[in-house]
Amino acid sequence: MREKETTLYLGPQHPGITGNMMVKLKVTGDTIVRAETHVGYLHRGFEKLMEVRNWMQVFPIVCRICVPEPDPNEENLARAIEILEGREVPERAQYIRVMVLELARLASYLLWFGGQSGSAGLYTMPQWSVGDRDYILDLFEELTGGRVYHMYIWAGGVRRDLPEGFADKVLRVMDYLEKRLKHYDNLMLDNSIFQKRAQGVGVIDREKALDWGIVGPPLRGCGFKHDVRIDDPYLVYDKLQFEVPTETGCDVWARALVRRREFEQSISIIRQIMEKMPGGEFYNKVPNPLHWKVPAGDVYVKTESARGEFGYYVVSDGSDKPRRVHVRGPAYVHGITLLEHLLQGANLADVSFIMNSLGTCPPEMER
Amino acid sequence: MEFSLKGMLNPLLALQQAGKRPHTIQFPFEEKKVAERYRGLHFNDLEACIGCGTCSTICQNEAIDMVEINPGDSENAKPGDSGLRPRVDNGRCCWCALCVEVCPSGSLSLTTHYNYVSEDANSFLWTPGVSNPDGHKELSFVSDTSHSLLDYARVPMRELEGKERIKSFAEVVLGYADEEAKKEAARCIGCSICTEVCPVHMHIPEYISAIEHGNNEDAIRIIYDNNPIGETCGKVCTRRCEEVCPLGARGEAIAIRWLKRYATEKAENAEIIREIVNPDIKPPNGKKVGIIGAGPSGLTVAYYLALRGFDVTIYEAKAKAGGMIMYGIPKYRLPLDSLDKQVEYMQSVGVKIHFNTKVGEQISFTEIEKNHDAVFIGIGYEVPYTIGIDGENLENSIQAVNFLRDINADKHVDIGNRVAVIGGGNVAIDAARVSRRLGAEVTILYRRREEDMPADWEEIEGAKHEGVIIKTQAIPLNVVDDGSGRVKGIRYGNARMVTDEKGGRPRPELIEGDEHILELYTIIGAIGQEADYSFIPEDIKEKIGFKSGRIVTNEWQQTSVPHIFAGGDIVNRTADAISAVADGYKAVKGIEQFIFAK
Repeated sequence: MREKETTLYLGPQHPGITGNMMVKLKVTGDTIVRAETHVGYLHRGFEKLMEVRNWMQVFPIVCRICVPEPDPNEENLARAIEILEGREVPERAQYIRVMVLELARLASYLLWFGGQSGSAGLYTMPQWSVGDRDYILDLFEELTGGRVYHMYIWAGGVRRDLPEGFADKVLRVMDYLEKRLKHYDNLMLDNSIFQKRAQGVGVIDREKALDWGIVGPPLRGCGFKHDVRIDDPYLVYDKLQFEVPTETGCDVWARALVRRREFEQSISIIRQIMEKMPGGEFYNKVPNPLHWKVPAGDVYVKTESARGEFGYYVVSDGSDKPRRVHVRGPAYVHGITLLEHLLQGANLADVSFIMNSLGTCPPEMER
Repeated sequence: MEFSLKGMLNPLLALQQAGKRPHTIQFPFEEKKVAERYRGLHFNDLEACIGCGTCSTICQNEAIDMVEINPGDSENAKPGDSGLRPRVDNGRCCWCALCVEVCPSGSLSLTTHYNYVSEDANSFLWTPGVSNPDGHKELSFVSDTSHSLLDYARVPMRELEGKERIKSFAEVVLGYADEEAKKEAARCIGCSICTEVCPVHMHIPEYISAIEHGNNEDAIRIIYDNNPIGETCGKVCTRRCEEVCPLGARGEAIAIRWLKRYATEKAENAEIIREIVNPDIKPPNGKKVGIIGAGPSGLTVAYYLALRGFDVTIYEAKAKAGGMIMYGIPKYRLPLDSLDKQVEYMQSVGVKIHFNTKVGEQISFTEIEKNHDAVFIGIGYEVPYTIGIDGENLENSIQAVNFLRDINADKHVDIGNRVAVIGGGNVAIDAARVSRRLGAEVTILYRRREEDMPADWEEIEGAKHEGVIIKTQAIPLNVVDDGSGRVKGIRYGNARMVTDEKGGRPRPELIEGDEHILELYTIIGAIGQEADYSFIPEDIKEKIGFKSGRIVTNEWQQTSVPHIFAGGDIVNRTADAISAVADGYKAVKGIEQFIFAK
C-alpha cells in the first residue's frame, strides 16, 4: 500500500537565512518525496532597475543583492567598469579591497556558523557568532560609515582611506576571532551530536558537481580545488599566501569543515594585507558622475564570495547607464536546483540544515 | 560514526562563557556611540545650501525632492540660490551618501543620528536642517573636496605672456582646444542656477552639454536662440553666471564664458553661422521698426525682429556697428573681425544698418517716428563724467571712453610715457592696459580698496600681469599745471577706510598731510559715463519718464510713450553687454505685442 503524500510549506522565513523563499515539500511520514522551491517573496528587480540608473547610481543598488556579504557585488561592478574603461586602480586601494572582501567573508561565515548550528537546534552558537560578527560590523562602520551596506568599493578604488589606527583594530579583531574558533569547535564541530547530524547528510553527487555548476564550499567539499582567488586571481590575491582547503565527503560535514578551515585562511590573508599594504592614493577618480559614460563593450567578472564564484556580466552601450547587468550569484544554483535535488529522500528535520549548508541566499536568486 | 565521550563533553565547555559581557546590546540600555564617518540621518546647512538640486539628481532612490521651506522662498531667494532645499523621504533613503559626495557647496552631510521613532508617517519626510536644527553638532559623513566626486579645478585658459601682450593688440586669451573644452564642460552639474541669474537666461547647461559631447554646432544653435552676439559675450561678458556657479563655492566655477567663446568661434564666418543656425525667417509682415544705436541691445532687437518678419532699420552714428563693444572694448579682448562677423551675419538675415547716421543731425527723431510702427532707443552711455577737480581741462587730461574709441578707430593718441588712470571700473582697466600697449608706464589711482573695485577680477589680474601699478586708497586732489597749460602731474592724497555708519560699504577718508604728486604726461579719467538725449524732441522727453539720468520702462522695455521702447545702458544700471542683450530680447516681445495689439 502506498503511503499517503502530505504537502508541507516551509518558509518563507528560515533560520539563519537572509531573505525569503518558500520550499514546498511533498512528504510521506518524515521523508521528503519531492521538493519545489518557490521564490518571488522579494520582488526586487534590481537588474532591471540598473538599466534606468546611471553608472554611479548603480553602486548603492548592487550591494543590496546580498545582505550578509554585499562587498563581492561592489567589487564585481567596480572591476567590470574598470575593465571596460581601462581604469587603473591604485595598489593601496587593491589591498584595501581585499581586506574588505575577506572581512566580509568572515562576517558571512560567522552568520553561517549561527545558521548551520541553529538549524540543527544548537541555539547557543548563533548567539555567539552573531555577537562576534558585530566586531567586524564595527570595523565596517568605522571604515565605510555603514555596518551592513558598505557602499565602499567603487570604480577606481575605494571611497575613503583607512581611518587612523584602523589597522591595529583589524588585527585585534583577528586575534580575538582566532581565539574564539577554539570555542566554536568545542561547541559545534567537536560536538558528537552535530557530527552525527552532519555526516552523510545532503550528499552531492561528485560526478555531477561540475556539470551542475556548483561552486564555492559545496564544490570544495566534493574535493575540487576550485577558488577564483587562485584560478583567476584578481586584485592582489596573487601576492598573498593562502591555502584552498578541500574535503571529500560531499556532505554537510565536509562543507562545514571547508568553511571552518577557510575561516583561518581569511584571518591569515587579512594579517598579510595589513603588513604589506602600501601607502599612496586610494582612489582614481571617475568622471563627473552626472555625465559619466562607460565605453561600449561587455565583460564577465567574477569574485570568490563566501558562497562561491559570484559573477557579473556587464554590458555597456557607451551611454551613461548600463545596458544590462546580469548577476550570477552562487545561490542561484545551490538554492534552487541543487537544493531540490538534495532534498529528495532527505529527512524533514534536515531540510533547513541542508539549506544552510549550501549557503542558500534568496536575494541572490531574485535580483 | 559513534558518539565519543569527548564529543559529548566538549560542548559543555561553553559554560565557561556564561559570564561574558555581551558586545551587541548592553543592559541597562546604552545609546551606541557610532563611528566618526557613520552614515545616519541628513543635516543641511541651510545658509550654505544654494538649492542646486544635485543631491536630488544623483539620488538613485528618488528619495530627495527640492521644496520651499516657507511659501515664496523661491521667489524671494537671492541670486544664485533657487530658494529650494532638499527634503529626504527617510522611507526611501538608503544612506548611501551619494548626495553628500556630489553636494557642490558641501552643505549636505550625514549625522551620527540613527534612531528615529515616530507614529506620524509624514514626519519621515525629513527636511535636513529644518527637522534637526542642531544637526551641525552631530555631523559625521561630510563632504570634502579632496574626495568629492565633482571636479573643482578649472581647465586653465592659455593666455599670452605679459611681455608678449604689451607688444601689440593681439587677443590675450588663446581659447580652449577641443579636449580642453570637453574636459571643462564635463565638470558641469547641470543645475541651471546660472540660467536664472543670466540676464538673458541663456540655455547654459544645454550648450555646455552639447560642447561636452562634441556637438559644437548644436551649441551654436542653442546660443543663438536668445543671444545674437554670443561670440562677443564669450569674450567679454561680465558673467554673473560664473559668480553663482555652485562649484565656485568651494572651488572654481565652470568657465562658462570661455566655453561659449569656444563654441561660437567654431563658426569662422557669417556664412558658416548662417548655415549652422539656419534660422527660420518668417515672411515679411509689413511692419517697420526703427532702432537708434547699433549697440548690443539694438542689434538684439533688430536680429530677432528681422527673424519674425519685421522690416528693421538701425540708425548708427558711427562708421561701424557694436556701440560700446565696438568702440569701448580694446581689441586685445574683442578682435574686430569677431564683431564684424556677427554683424555681417545679422545683416544677412535682413537687418538694415544706416552707418554714419546720427539721429538729430543726419535724420530727425520725428522722421524716424513717422516712418516706423515702433522705435527702439539703445544709444548707450557714451558721454564721460568729469572727475571734478582743478586742472582737469588742461591739455593731455583726457577721458577713457574717448581714448578707447580713438584707439579702436585706429587714430593716433599721444599719451607719452607716463600715464595715470583715475577709476576702478572695467573702463579704467581697459584704458590702463591699452596705455601699456602704447608703451607707457601706467598707474591706476582708485579711492577705495582693490576688493571694492567694480572691475572684473580677471581684468585686474591681467592688468597687474602686464605691469600696471594699482594704487588704491588714493584720492585725486588736483591736476598740476606745468605752467604752459599742459599736465605736469597729479596731486593725490592717501586715504584710510572708515566704516559707514549707515551700514553701507566702507568709505575712504583723506589722511591729512599725506599728499603726494605723481609726475605724468597724460591723465585719463574713467569714473563713469552718461547718455546724450539731446536728439529727443522736448515734448517727447517730457512724456518719457527719467530717473537718475535713465529712461524708465516697463517689463517689456516700453516707455510711457507706447511706441517708444528703450534698452541697454540708458535703462539699466548694470551697464554690461549681456544686460543690454536681455533688454533687447524683452523689447522684441514688447514691440511685437504692441504692434499686433494696435
